[in-house]
This record gives sequence, C-alpha cells and structure tokens, in this order.
Amino acid sequence: MIIPKLAFRNMVGAGMKTWLNAGVLSMAFVVIIWSQGLYRGMDIEVSRTMIDSYYGGGQFWAEGYDPFDPFTLQDAHRPIGGPLQGLVDKGRATPLLFVQGTIYPNGRLLPALLKGIDPGQMLLAIPSSVLKAGDHEIPALIGSRMAETSGLRKGDVVTVRWRDARGTFDARDLAIVEVMSTKVQAIDSGQIWVPLQALQEMAAMPSEATVVVTAKDSGLRPEVPGWIYRGLDFLLQDIKDLVRGKSVGASILYSLLLFLALLAIFNTQLLSIWRRRKEIGTMMAMGLTRWRVVGLFTCEGGLSGVLAALIGAVYGIPLLAYTAAKGFGFGEDQMDKFGIALGDRLYPTYSAALVIGTTLLVFLAATVVSFIPTRKIAKMKPTEALRGRIS
Amino acid sequence: MDDSNLITTKDLVKIYPMGAESITALAGINLTFKKGEFSGLVGPSGSGKTTLLNIIGSLDAPTSGSAEVLGLRVENLSHQKAAALRNHHIGFIFQTFNLLPVYSVYENVEFPLLLLGMPPAARKKAVMDALDWVHLTERARSRPNQLSGGQCQRVAIARAVVKKPEIVLADEPTANLDAENSHHILDTMEDINRDLKTTFVFSTHDQKVIQHLRRKISLVDGRVAKDEISTPGREGRP
Repeated sequence: MIIPKLAFRNMVGAGMKTWLNAGVLSMAFVVIIWSQGLYRGMDIEVSRTMIDSYYGGGQFWAEGYDPFDPFTLQDAHRPIGGPLQGLVDKGRATPLLFVQGTIYPNGRLLPALLKGIDPGQMLLAIPSSVLKAGDHEIPALIGSRMAETSGLRKGDVVTVRWRDARGTFDARDLAIVEVMSTKVQAIDSGQIWVPLQALQEMAAMPSEATVVVTAKDSGLRPEVPGWIYRGLDFLLQDIKDLVRGKSVGASILYSLLLFLALLAIFNTQLLSIWRRRKEIGTMMAMGLTRWRVVGLFTCEGGLSGVLAALIGAVYGIPLLAYTAAKGFGFGEDQMDKFGIALGDRLYPTYSAALVIGTTLLVFLAATVVSFIPTRKIAKMKPTEALRGRIS
Repeated sequence: MDDSNLITTKDLVKIYPMGAESITALAGINLTFKKGEFSGLVGPSGSGKTTLLNIIGSLDAPTSGSAEVLGLRVENLSHQKAAALRNHHIGFIFQTFNLLPVYSVYENVEFPLLLLGMPPAARKKAVMDALDWVHLTERARSRPNQLSGGQCQRVAIARAVVKKPEIVLADEPTANLDAENSHHILDTMEDINRDLKTTFVFSTHDQKVIQHLRRKISLVDGRVAKDEISTPGREGRP
C-alpha cells in the first residue's frame, strides 16, 4: 500500500496540474455517461412506445407479408382461425388487416395504407374506440402527421379507392372522426385506421387479417400454419440498429474528448518524468526499485482517473439527474427527423452498468496512458537520474 | 572479512565508455572502511570520488574488481537486492539536497521509513527524533522551498539517518552552503556519528569538510594517492 500512498501524496503535492488534468478527464467522463444515457433512454423509450402502440408482445404475420414491400399486401392476408382466433376471443391478441388504397383529399391523389382494427381492442395504445361510431360513412382515424400531409382534419370526409381480394376496384367515403396525436410514425404516416370488420367487407376478406398482435404479457407462441411469429427481438431490431448507429456517431465525439484528456495525462507524465528525473534518482537511492518507481508514476496517473471520477460526480450527478428528470428537448420538428417514435423530450437513462463501466474505462485508460511513458524509468540508471540525465 | 569492516574494495576499476574511447574513473582501488569511521574521499573534480561513492552505495557496478558492503558483493547484486541494501543499510546525502519538492519536511524524512514498512507510531517517533537531531522539529510542516539551503541539507541529513543506517554516504554535502552552515551541518553529522556509531564516508574537495575528517583518502586520477588518519574534529577547526 506504500505506492498508492506515495502516489496520492505526489498528486496532491502537484497542485493545479493535478486538478487541471482531472478536470478535463472528468468532462470526458460526464459526456460519455450523458451521451450513452441519452441513447439508452432513446432506445428504451422508442421500444416501449412501439410495444405499447404497435408491436404488443410480438406479432403473427400472414405468410408473405413484408412491411417494406407494399406489393405483398395484395396476397398477405389469411383467415385468423385456429389457435389465433382462440387468442383473439380471449382478448390476448388483436388482428389487423392492411389494404393498400388511394385517397383524394381536396382533389389531390394520395396513396394511403388502410388498416383495419377492432374498435373494441385494448391491447394497443391506439384510440380505436372512436371507430365505433358511424352512420353513413365509414369512420376513420388518422394521425397528426397524416393530417398534415393530406390536409385532412377532424370532421372531413374523404373518398378512398381500393382493390379488393377479387381484383375489383371500389370506392367509398371515409369520415375522419379523430386526429390522434402520436409520436409513433409507424401508426401514423400514410395510414388510415378504419374498423376491422368494415375493411374486411370492403376488401372481400371476411375474418382475415394481415397481422395478429399478441398481448404484451401473453407469452404465447402457438405454431399456426400460414402464419409466422415475429418476436420483439425481431421487430425491434431495426430500432436498435438505428439507435446503435446514432450512438456510434456520438461516440466519435466523446472518443475525441477522451483522447484529448488522455493526451493531457500522457503529456503531463512525459514532462513529469523529465522534470522529476533527479527525484526519481533520489527515490532509487533511498531503496525504491525501478519498477516500484514505474508503479508509483503509473499509480499517480490512475489516481487522476479516480480524481476525475470524483470531480465528475460532484457536478455530473446533479447535472445528469436533472437531465434524467427534466428530459432534453431538441424541438418537436427536430425530434420527428430522428425517424423513430420519440416524444417532445428525450429522457436519458443511466444504468449502474453504464456508470461503473465508464468509470472503469476512464480509470483503465488513464492508467494505461500513464504507464506508457514510465517505461523509460525502467531503463534509467540511478546515477544518471541523480545527475538529472535520462539514459 | 573482519567483522568491523563494513566496506571493502579490492582492485576496483570503473571504466566509462565514451563513444570510441573510454574514461577510467577508478583504476584499482583497495580500501577498507570500519564501523564508526568519519572519513572522506578527497580530491579534485574527476578524481573518481563520486564514482567510488556510487559503487559503495550500490547505485553503480564496477567494471572489474569487487566492492563488498556489509558482506554483500555489490557487483553481484540484482536491482532488487541493491535497492534493498540501500533501503535498509545506507543513507545518502547529496550536494543539491535532493529533497522531494512536493513533500513536507516531515514527509521527506518519513519517506525511507515508509519504504521499510515501519508501523505509523514508530515511524512518527523516528521522524521526530531525526528532526530533533538536526534541530528542525518546528519546521516539520514546511515545504523544501520554504527552507534555506542549510535547513534543506539538515533535512537531507535527517532523511539519511532516520532509519539509523550503518553507512551514510555524503557526496559534496557542503558545496552549496556558506561556511557557517557548512560547519553547523558537519557538527550535526559528527554528533550523529558519535551517538549512533554511523559510518560516514564523504566525497569532497571542500576544506571545511576536510578539517572535520578523521580519515582522509586522497584520490588522484582514480587511484588512492594518500590515506591518512588525523584527529581534527571541531577542535581542529580554525
């Protein structure tokens, strides 16, 4: 324990240099935690929102369905039947039917994906209950983005044209009964929600669906012929990849910051060895072996990491706690540009693993960077060092 | 080896390579130092004083010949064993004091005891005793940059003797001090030599030091030119 004790004394004795190095390093430390927390918070929020409003506990897709290929919609629908119908009857799943159509708002032509949903469903956070009403026109629900794109508002009536299962084109009027405010583009952009039964009749697809969403906690994965189960790992993969991509982009920034902080430590160590060469010789004369001197200097660098963590804790904990509680807003327009289901504000999430992992990373990096220049000491002759030379 | 012989050198040679040429710093030194001696290596610059002191202090190894210190052959010691020898048995005093600048006086003196792993209570007593010997107890909390040159050298003496080593090697200890401080320092070292029976070996060409020595070994061009016993001490001081 002598070396850490001596290193601590040296570090305290070095005064301002120590505080400057540790201060810069602490900034890197806090920025790493903050940015990682931000992206982790983004991941958690987007995943939760997507699960609540669209993915549920996982989905069964009709064979051939590909959400990225609208041409598959013509054939990707199947009777619900069998075990899936059992789940639907028990309220453990809800079916969705997708039909490609075209709307004509204000004399314009706009492609729209018609999505049939059971107005009585409780599994997804979509206000489908508004679709229960309707006398003449078919009630329709759109999101705020779709409203903005199409110019439609609550109470408007719009004509929709579609092609049914037999290949016949037909058209009807839809009454916009509600414009929902949602942060999930996957249930908003280019989509119109209508009652499931009405869409089944319109498309001549009775009792059929494209997707069956299971309840969040159902844990049921029945093998159903003609249906493919897609778990959350699969459904959320794109989101996780997107967040990871953004996180990697941000990591370039904090890697640069960390690099600068470590460069300052490296430079300080190098200068310190040069400036303290007589001191090194004196320590050797008093009985410290070369490798213990190396250990001493390395330990001083490592302690800079510890001091940086402590300084970072002093201003970082209140700062990070504040951002975690109050969130971080980029402005609504900007948030939409992320392309994922984000609210007005991002709430960073800091896990113990993130904080401990970052602390260890900074500590180890500071220690390694401190060690590299000290290898010179291992080759130093005490007599040369005492004369103020580095051999 | 005679039990009272702490240091014995035999045909000690040290040659420094300097590019294509080489410089002979020591050219066959045969000397013996007994316990409690207050002796000095005297000679002009380049006569080999510091080189001999460094070899005795196990800071350097001879090119040939042998140097036996407390029964250990310096030329055969590993880095670790040489460090252990210095740590336990040898104290150093340097011309430029070589105090650790970020440490207080107390911490500087405490340093060798920390390396020895001495318990805190015993360490504190030893440090305060050593500072008492050099009359610096009241400056224990001061930093080296707050002390005069004489005070710094007294701290260095306290640091060298705090572990009560058998041997203290002092390389030009008064070179940076005025006459009054030099005599004061030498008086202190003589007191320690008398009270603790510590063997002192100086390297010097300073007449003030030479007046205090009880044994003067004159080195010229890396050889012993004269080895004489005298009894000056404080009484012999002009």
